[in-house]
Amino acid sequence: MNKVDNQKAWFLVLPVFLLVAFSAIIPLITVVNYSVQDIFGPGQRVFVGAEWFEEILSDPRLHASLWRQFLFSGLVLLIEIPLGVLIALAMPTRGWGVSISLVLLALPLLIPWNVIGTIWIIFTRPDIGLFGVTINRLGIAFDHTAASLDAWITVMLMEVWHWTPLVVLLAYAGLRAIPEAYYQAAQIDSASRWSTFRYIQLPKMRGVLTIAILLRFMDSFLIYAEPFVLTGGGPGNSTTFLSIHLVKIAVGQFDLGPAAAFSLIYFLIILLLSWLFYQVLQNVGRGEQG
Amino acid sequence: MKWRTIGLILYLAFLLLPIYWMLNMSLRTNANILGEFSLYPTQPTLANYLKIFTDPAWYSGYINSIIYVSMNTVISLLVSLPAAYAFSRYRFLGDKHMFFWLLTNRMAPPAVFLLPFFQLYSTFQLIDTHIAVALAHCLFNVPLAVWILEGFMSGVPREIDETAYLDGYRFPRFFITIFLPLIRAGVGVTAFFCFMFSWVELLLARTLTTTAAKPIAAVMTRTVSATGLDWGLLAAAGILTILPGALVIWFVRNYMAKGFALGRV
Repeated sequence: MNKVDNQKAWFLVLPVFLLVAFSAIIPLITVVNYSVQDIFGPGQRVFVGAEWFEEILSDPRLHASLWRQFLFSGLVLLIEIPLGVLIALAMPTRGWGVSISLVLLALPLLIPWNVIGTIWIIFTRPDIGLFGVTINRLGIAFDHTAASLDAWITVMLMEVWHWTPLVVLLAYAGLRAIPEAYYQAAQIDSASRWSTFRYIQLPKMRGVLTIAILLRFMDSFLIYAEPFVLTGGGPGNSTTFLSIHLVKIAVGQFDLGPAAAFSLIYFLIILLLSWLFYQVLQNVGRGEQG
Repeated sequence: MKWRTIGLILYLAFLLLPIYWMLNMSLRTNANILGEFSLYPTQPTLANYLKIFTDPAWYSGYINSIIYVSMNTVISLLVSLPAAYAFSRYRFLGDKHMFFWLLTNRMAPPAVFLLPFFQLYSTFQLIDTHIAVALAHCLFNVPLAVWILEGFMSGVPREIDETAYLDGYRFPRFFITIFLPLIRAGVGVTAFFCFMFSWVELLLARTLTTTAAKPIAAVMTRTVSATGLDWGLLAAAGILTILPGALVIWFVRNYMAKGFALGRV
């Protein structure tokens, strides 16, 4: 789509800029300040330059949790995006089924994150939880408090349960926004289901899928409350994701300087990867649109 | 029945199982939950719900959350609609950078940012007010709203705008009477997502409030006591946290389902 040059459009954007900048800029500057100082107490601080950054970057525990985080976010995207699109395609388009499925889909999203972890503790307990009891009666020894693999499976299952509906809702709204005329044209050409999906639905969903992928990437990379409540980062360190590690430093050891440096590195990793995703998604299949 | 319908039903069943388990727990006493495995409450009790509805410390949490979440949803939509239109229709100085910068505000790990946030809102004397939480949540909801709305607006052909302007419509009237109805699906999804993300956010809301505006998610951490966790009470509170949002999606469901209809112009 060709956009028109119009500097006055800034007036439409200005309220958003001011509102977001109010909460964004001063805290960010403060955290940058923390990251280059050693803070002993109120008014007692020393400038230490890049020391915290060097310390954090050479910390092997950080490397371990970083790789774990990459694996986790990668799996999240690989499972939730295709599954979400499939479910959106299977959703009814008219009738009472629409309302029911939409409301049911929204339910997991509306539970506060700390409560989600707590509910899954009981849900997966081998003695009194539905999931735990069922799987143990099937003869599979499953205990997420003892085995790393079981803990990972539980956290992934919880994550897929919790967040796939977000992808479904976005994809579904994107599908509904395709004008009926496109489908009629496809019918006249007697296009197969696959080519209708590939050449009409998928390109038209580019916008919503870009948002879905970026959101799921950012939020899964920042995930904290649900796995922390469920597994506490264990067994061992096997589900200690980046945020859990960060909070250990920030709150557990109350080292504001290193924690701030860690936060900034963390932020830059997400920024860089999101930008890459965004560039790729902007350019992929550009030729076939319109 | 078609395979896709069966798949959908299986998926919805998977979604409902943990929620059913929460409902099951909410109707039982704590001792009963920990004592036996049971597919349904054998001695159902409403004691957990009664406790929430009669204790002001509990139900005021719901009221506080509903107030600041509604404020946030309204503010986010009002400022994001014109901005998203500008991003989808015009080129201006720094537009691409600005658009991506907005999203970067969702990328910072919150833990270390909480202290400066508290200091910032204390400076403006806003601590423990609903508007403080509503404003703070704009940090992650406004960028999301702009991004989602921009996607839907870009799907509307430019010709519609041009024809309307030729017909003598001015921007505000065109935007409200012609353009907004075309992106109903997008507005519905955006409203729901703003509501949802603000509703479940805990760290900022807890940091910026003490008593007068304390959110429900923070009240729920009170179920941990010296004797351990009161699972039944927590589950009942959890069931009740789902309801307001379910109501919101019930109201916007028609906008989401109808989507795009090239009506007039």
